[in-house]
Amino acid sequence: MADKIVLEIPRYSPERDVKPHFEEFEVPVHKEWVVLDALNYIKDQVDGSLTYRWSCRMGICGSCGMMVDGEPKLSCATFLSSYSRNGNKLRVEPLRYFPIIRDLVTELSYLLVKLKAVKPWLIRQEEPPLSEGEFLQTPEQLEQYKQYSMCINCTLCYAACPVVGLDPVFVGPAAIALAQRYNQDSRDQGAGDRMAVLAHPEGIWGCTFVGECTRVCPKHVDPAGAIQQYKLKAALDWVKSFVTPLGRKNTDVRREAAND
Amino acid sequence: MAKQSSEAVLWSLFSAGGVVAALLIPVHLFLFAIAFPMGWLRPPGYEHLMLLLRLPWVRIYLFLMCSLSLFHWAHRFRYTLYDGLQVKHLNELIFTLCYGGAVAGTVFAGYLLGNWSGP
Amino acid sequence: MFAVKQPTTKVLPLYQEFHPRWYRPRVSVYWWLGQWQYLKFILREISSVFVAVFVVITLLQLRALRAGPEAYARFQHWLQSPIALAINGISLFFVLFHTITWFNLAPRAMAVRFRGKRLPEILIAAPNYVVWALVSAGVTWLVLR
Repeated sequence: MADKIVLEIPRYSPERDVKPHFEEFEVPVHKEWVVLDALNYIKDQVDGSLTYRWSCRMGICGSCGMMVDGEPKLSCATFLSSYSRNGNKLRVEPLRYFPIIRDLVTELSYLLVKLKAVKPWLIRQEEPPLSEGEFLQTPEQLEQYKQYSMCINCTLCYAACPVVGLDPVFVGPAAIALAQRYNQDSRDQGAGDRMAVLAHPEGIWGCTFVGECTRVCPKHVDPAGAIQQYKLKAALDWVKSFVTPLGRKNTDVRREAAND
Repeated sequence: MAKQSSEAVLWSLFSAGGVVAALLIPVHLFLFAIAFPMGWLRPPGYEHLMLLLRLPWVRIYLFLMCSLSLFHWAHRFRYTLYDGLQVKHLNELIFTLCYGGAVAGTVFAGYLLGNWSGP
Repeated sequence: MFAVKQPTTKVLPLYQEFHPRWYRPRVSVYWWLGQWQYLKFILREISSVFVAVFVVITLLQLRALRAGPEAYARFQHWLQSPIALAINGISLFFVLFHTITWFNLAPRAMAVRFRGKRLPEILIAAPNYVVWALVSAGVTWLVLR
């Protein structure tokens, strides 16, 4: 393991630059250091103007997502020593497919708008009275959606998904996984309300199951699986609506139509 | 709603075609396009194939194999052109060529297999 | 649907109130060459072209069968030509690639739960392979009989 590594970081400041230019920083390599430690070292000792997001430094807040050597990673969860072998140069770039505000900081409003569009809260059609007490849920019911609730909104999946890059309006992996987290929750009755955003060409149908989102997810949420399951469900719902146009399953849709 | 259910239909066709293509195409391709021409296996005679094709369920099987596989190709190729070549502005043209091609192939298959009374 | 400003290609002014100028890199047309996983994905999608190619060959074969023994013999002869063998050899590779990737990915679309726990993916993929083997054997027997 070498004791120094050079980080190549694109610097972009809207006051000065039209587009980013790369700068190199030499950083010592300690066995336990992660990429975030290297960035903090640069900001402390070399160039205080380096700008990047970080918070918890333990892989739970989702702030420090970056492209490390072309791979979307959490900088607090990526060891520096794994990169100190190849010619001692490491490229650290802002996450792909989002606009860059400055240096390594990306503009997240594109994500936040999409998260809000899928209505990520419990939607009830009938509210039971308070006297009935809280909603009860068995461990099996929790198991249905728990995986999707683990998302930390780090947007690594958006940086990995080529469809997000090619189509900025595509709803995207994290938003659809979040929608599934609520659709699969036994306390929720809002699957019909979310359908307009999801069962849409820029919703689930835009996904071509590249599968990169699941591979890079640090919390093993498996958004690709969530999307494919929703596709199957949407297809089966269409078949059912064909076969039983007045069936029970269509009451959500009819209530939605009546509210339009 | 109509736009959304059309995507559901097309995806269902793609999915069904994918299963059919995955199960059936390899063995058909290996037998008829590789093993028989190369002489690795004795090819079936003209009469044997005609005998098989006289059975209605064989013709239905072949029709489904051809038609669903074509719809599988149409859907996948349409999205590959959108993503791979970023030609989204040719939306309508790609849609027509892909699904139109699949429909044309289906019609041709129906014509070939529909009325089977060989010479 | 989303009330966010869409990006424009020309350079915006240096500073708009509460809005610094973002840098928005274009995604290259060759994005799919940038990563091995992307290339594998595009190859998987391209396999559908070879599926369609073989369907066309099958339809031409059926047409030759309808036309009579001489036409069918001519068609069989064409199948032995180097170009046909080359196309079909490559097709075989891609068609097998389609089958294997399809069966390996199918479990992700189905969350099959048994006693509350999700079944491991191999338990859903394996029956597909078994059915594939049985169907292939059945077709082979029917054709070679």
